[in-house]
Amino acid sequence: MRNVLTIAGREIRSYFASPVAYVLIAAYLALAGYFFYALITAFNTSLQIYSMMRNPEMLSRFNLNEMVIVPLLHNMAVLLIFIVPAITMRMFPEEKRSGTYELLLTSPVRVGEIVLGKFAGGLVLVLLMVGLSSFFGVLLLLYGNPEVPLMVAGYLGLALMAMAFLAIGTLISSFTDNVVIAYVGALFALLVLYTIGWLGETIQGAGAAVIKYASITEHFQTLLKGIIDTRDLAYFVTVLVIGIFLTQRSVESVRWR
Amino acid sequence: MIEVAKLSKRYGDLSAIRDVSFTAQPGQILGFLGPNGAGKTTTMRIITGFMPATSGTVRVDGFDVFEQSAEVRRRIGYLPENPPLYNDMAAVPYLRFAAKLKGMGRSAIEDALERVVQTCGLGGVQSRLLGHLSKGFRQRVGLAQALIHDPPVLILDEPTIGLDPRQIIEIRSLIRTLGTQRTVVLSTHILPEVSQVCDKVVIINEGRVVLEDQLTNLTRTRSLEEVFIEAISRDTVDGARAATAAEEEA
Ligand SMILES: Nc1ncnc2c1ncn2[C@@H]1O[C@H](COP(=O)(O)OP(=O)(O)OP(=O)(O)O)[C@@H](O)[C@H]1O
Ligand SMILES: [Mg+2]
Repeated sequence: MRNVLTIAGREIRSYFASPVAYVLIAAYLALAGYFFYALITAFNTSLQIYSMMRNPEMLSRFNLNEMVIVPLLHNMAVLLIFIVPAITMRMFPEEKRSGTYELLLTSPVRVGEIVLGKFAGGLVLVLLMVGLSSFFGVLLLLYGNPEVPLMVAGYLGLALMAMAFLAIGTLISSFTDNVVIAYVGALFALLVLYTIGWLGETIQGAGAAVIKYASITEHFQTLLKGIIDTRDLAYFVTVLVIGIFLTQRSVESVRWR
Repeated sequence: MIEVAKLSKRYGDLSAIRDVSFTAQPGQILGFLGPNGAGKTTTMRIITGFMPATSGTVRVDGFDVFEQSAEVRRRIGYLPENPPLYNDMAAVPYLRFAAKLKGMGRSAIEDALERVVQTCGLGGVQSRLLGHLSKGFRQRVGLAQALIHDPPVLILDEPTIGLDPRQIIEIRSLIRTLGTQRTVVLSTHILPEVSQVCDKVVIINEGRVVLEDQLTNLTRTRSLEEVFIEAISRDTVDGARAATAAEEEA
């Protein structure tokens, strides 16, 4: 545990020692802010149009949750697909290139501790981003009346999603000593994971059920309805555990090949 | 104590070392010599548990590097060929990090820091970023990292490379002192360094050990240069002969 904290601490300091962390956070928040602004504006415009038409039935169907929060969270998840690989790409390649990998692997720490430490370091950064973006939710709370449970479940879903993305990025970063390959590899894997549900719609039978279960968006969507179901939580935890476990195996196999 | 037995390592088709065997005792400084590409770094990386051998065994203090890797790693201080530095860290936080990785307690770390900063001459650069240090200072920080937990076994891959003359003298005498109670393996291309520092010499050529003997036995009648050149050229002649024999057989 102590070793995990030592490694995570160094990892976090290294994110913030360079502009990397700030650039990633700024890019994420700026784009998320832009989406938020666009969604709110669209919402307001439609609201005005329908109130001018004095159509109370249509008006009552308008709701902040569906028109702003849900699409915003979706967009932020897509942003994370591009941002998380930028966090994980340096995890292992940089150590391998600079030779510090030799220090890590010849120190009396377990490979699992190295992997968990690196993951935990990245997690702090990712959760910080998701946490900062909850600012948009707070704005809605202050100036509107969104459904709070839905918002909480949605942000929880985003955080879980970020965690799963991070585990996959960490795994792919352990395969290579090249940051470009680590970035593109992770981006590719995350895009596949995010869009695999589309495939489920084109086929039938047991295959479709499997694909539906494998699709991260499927589970995210349940949370976006405000439903916190253990089956969905179990899915995210499974992705996380598999990612970390395989990373550990991958580092170990390089060591003992 | 280090016992290397029949160690071989292949990188794909390339056989980097073949049947390398030697031993180093506590209180002994072993000079590990050989031309470029002979397999010194490869051997050291296997001894420290950084990578596995294709075949053969290494024991450190009786523990097998492959089976009881954690025990071995606890006992070793390792200076790799390229000092393993994080360029975005300053020297002292870096050494503190290395010490924690090696399992040292908080109070022990501060004492050890003071000690290695002094012995490795890091006084002036403690708060400079490692990425901004000159080559010699990088080497010193790497050495400090290897010494910080006061390990009983030291594996030093070209420890004095890039150091200034005064620092070379200091580090050599430091290694001598350390070697009185510890087991030290150091690789180098500087033969006078071996004569000054080492008790035992192992010469490796094209992946095979061609000579293992006490320094005093080797230099009784000849200079170490002569011994070295003869060892590696005799081996090449043998190698050429073996290759022709194999060809004839086929
Ligand atoms: N990762 C690797 N992949 C493929 N071949 C390698 C690798 N590392 C080393 N080699 C090869 O193994 C052989 C031994 O290399 P090694 O680095 O052990 O030599 P060395 O004795 O340390 O040389 P030097 O004195 O130049 O440091 C060389 O032929 C080298 O090219
Ligand atoms: Mg070498």
